[in-house]
Amino acid sequence: MQILNTQTVDVLVIGAGPAGMAAAIAAREAGVSNLLVLEREADMGGILRQCIHNGFGLHRFKEELTGPEYAQRDIDRVRELGIEVRCGTTVLSIDECRFVTAISKEKGLQLFQAGAIVLAMGCRERPNGSLGTPGTRCAGVFSAGTAQKYVNLEGYMPGKRVVILGSGDVGLIMARRMTLQGAKVLACVELMPYSSGLNRNIVQCLQDYDIPLYLSHTVTYIRGRERLEGVTVSQVDECRNPIPGTEKEFDCDTLLLSVGLIPENELTQQANVEISPLTQGAVVDDTLQTNQPGIFACGNVLHVHDLVDFVSAESLKAGKAAAEYAMGQRWSGKFVHVKDGDGVRGVVPQKIRIPESGMAAQGVQLMFRPAGVYENATLRIMDGEKEIHKAKKRILTPGEMAEVTLKSDILNALSGADLTVRIDP
Amino acid sequence: MEYDIVIIGGGVVGCAVARLLSAYEGSIALIERSTDVAEGASKANSGIVHAGFDAEPGSLKAKLNVEGAGMYEALCAELGVPFARPGALVLAFDEEQRATVEDLYHKGLANGVEGLEIIGRERILELEPNVNPQVVCALWAKTSGLVSPYELTYALADHAVINGVDFLLETEAKDIHKENGTFVVSTTKGDLHARVLVNCAGISSARLHNMLSDTKYEVIARKGEYYLLDHTVAPAFTRTMFQTPGKMGKGILVSPTTHGNLLLGPTAEDVTDDWDTATTAAALRMVSEKARRTWPKENLRTCVTTFAGIRAHEKGGDFIVGPTQGVKGAYEAIGIESPGLSASPAIAQRLVSQILQDNPLKKKVEWKPAYKGPKPFSGMTIQERAEAYAQNPEYGAVICRCEQVTEAEIRDAIRRPLGARTLDAVKRRTRAGMGRCQGGFCSPRVLEILAEELKVDPTQVTKSGGKSYLLVGTLASITGKEDA
Repeated sequence: MQILNTQTVDVLVIGAGPAGMAAAIAAREAGVSNLLVLEREADMGGILRQCIHNGFGLHRFKEELTGPEYAQRDIDRVRELGIEVRCGTTVLSIDECRFVTAISKEKGLQLFQAGAIVLAMGCRERPNGSLGTPGTRCAGVFSAGTAQKYVNLEGYMPGKRVVILGSGDVGLIMARRMTLQGAKVLACVELMPYSSGLNRNIVQCLQDYDIPLYLSHTVTYIRGRERLEGVTVSQVDECRNPIPGTEKEFDCDTLLLSVGLIPENELTQQANVEISPLTQGAVVDDTLQTNQPGIFACGNVLHVHDLVDFVSAESLKAGKAAAEYAMGQRWSGKFVHVKDGDGVRGVVPQKIRIPESGMAAQGVQLMFRPAGVYENATLRIMDGEKEIHKAKKRILTPGEMAEVTLKSDILNALSGADLTVRIDP
Repeated sequence: MEYDIVIIGGGVVGCAVARLLSAYEGSIALIERSTDVAEGASKANSGIVHAGFDAEPGSLKAKLNVEGAGMYEALCAELGVPFARPGALVLAFDEEQRATVEDLYHKGLANGVEGLEIIGRERILELEPNVNPQVVCALWAKTSGLVSPYELTYALADHAVINGVDFLLETEAKDIHKENGTFVVSTTKGDLHARVLVNCAGISSARLHNMLSDTKYEVIARKGEYYLLDHTVAPAFTRTMFQTPGKMGKGILVSPTTHGNLLLGPTAEDVTDDWDTATTAAALRMVSEKARRTWPKENLRTCVTTFAGIRAHEKGGDFIVGPTQGVKGAYEAIGIESPGLSASPAIAQRLVSQILQDNPLKKKVEWKPAYKGPKPFSGMTIQERAEAYAQNPEYGAVICRCEQVTEAEIRDAIRRPLGARTLDAVKRRTRAGMGRCQGGFCSPRVLEILAEELKVDPTQVTKSGGKSYLLVGTLASITGKEDA
């Protein structure tokens, strides 16, 4: 019989992907010695482990790295700082008192009382079942990330003739990856009139390999009794309903789905953390603290990012704030809410604490997704009725997260009214 | 191969018959065309143990439904299968439907159903606040139950295997004839000889019957489509919500499942292909539209999957359960559509009593108790989790994060008496892959464990048998080199 002792930890980080590692590094650098990271996979690195393509690190390291190379830099730093990371350990529950249970094959059930928690569990892929695509439930339908895992981590090919539904970045990357491995990628099909992936991926992963991208199209039927035999693709109207008569048949043995990423917040909800219906991540303030004191969130569990560089930057902030909280810092002052205006979806953070007059030392970065494609639009931030920031943007698209920083002088002059971020075409 | 008894069909009825017969001396085989049992109607239905108010008084459906439903507590306790009786409401939204509800109430009384009550709007909304407030009255059937139909079937099969029944999977009966008083069943895996034949072949039952008997039956494939919602949000209803029944069936229900998911469906559409379990846009739209009458705030955002099942509807409309007319030694269960799951324990008992009456068999000295699988890790307390880990460290490895299924449970599912051989078989036995990510994260790991336990190459592991392979080869086998 295992004796159940509760271990006290000053800062507990859940997840050792890029977000969790950065948060842990920042917490240790801020002076937290009693620090623990829990990771469910056998190794650190998170999803970067299977992202063997390059394009990572341009902002943070000013060089182009592969996913594993990017992750290795943080892994090295985590080891250098002597941070304890328990891999193969799944967190089972957390509550608002920051009591955490976890289990691993090696150590069994583990109980923790944390001074502060950083949620860094990442996100998951939206599966086929949730789309309700008509047809059979045969083998050969994978989410793009699952296929990526089979190919890049396990060395297996999930199929030879491929259609990709959705133009998220993982799907685009897999279009190229499957092609390079000898598969025929017949089409990439996107429901919306624009791609949800980064433009560079459209160019480098589809156009360079002559893979057609069908915008305003979707898969309307899945065929095959045992293994996938084909899919029907139809054009959709403005309301995203399939247009009869536009059906195209593709004979394929594989359908990869890249139809959206969802922050993995089941644990978060156990702790009664408020979740935003827009980002599907926690509602946080400018310290990345949730509505539950001492519980912080960062990276893709907070909102789905496009670039890991921004995940790391955000998580360094969360780790530092969690460290400060664990060491007794409490922030006071009233919040102003940051609201999504026209053309804007899911601003993070959703609340900013009004600094005591003249005390804001640094700015607050706001991140959000444009609700549509805008060219030469104006991004405005309103403090009540008053414009406090304005910037011309050449191109804004839902596939690329936008950001704007409110400088300290602006923060120091906030009126106390709610802020609104909006895009004026 | 020679057997005393051959049962055709590994659905809930066939497995229940196999289990009951396994208490007697004699060699018994059950043949099933799929890679697993419960692959037909038994895996894709509403999972309701009906109270019994729906069937025509005097019909076999009515009698066996009420009898069978009454056997569920004892059966499920013995097998270790979750079962509950949360009750059901049949909702009426106008005066015509009120008359139907009253009619059902009287039918129920005639069928001997207990715990029936007609209740008004206020009481309905008190019981189920999410019901459409336009409801006028409802029949409240307090004994209506919920069971996981495939988990019940697996438990029945496991119990039969423990007691010596041979389960011959991927074995399809192609032809049956009688030779010198013995049945010869020609299958895809060779001939089987049997003194006694039990036809529980679901959608194929009439076809097999017609090979032996001069009386002819006709079974029609009637498809039903469903939405299944995740259990992360508390289900909108705690009881099964029926609408008033129509000619084709009980109509669209909205019901919780034994695992706290919410199920919406089924449609009823006659199809020509017995294997046609494809979902269609039109039918799913209809489910959603009709369910909104019950649940105006319907929210399908948490949908984890959509699926379809095939009912075996016999043209005569009633169950056919008993000796095959004019064929000595043959027994059958034909047209087992709703309330077939509810009736299945009684159907099996009726068949087995008849078989034993005609063919006296000696009761075994020892009938081994059922295999009760491990308690699901997801439902354990902290203390139970610690104890489970102390017994087996494989409880420490959580493989399916959505449903919190551990390596210990997955290995058990493969090693149990009628063990899982496919990804779907593991999924239905353990719930690994049943959650909101639909196996996105856990399926590579489950595949690896299956390959290891079954001692096969990962490329040989299938989703659901046949050619449903998940992987087509190693990278090297496709490109001829390790990496591009």
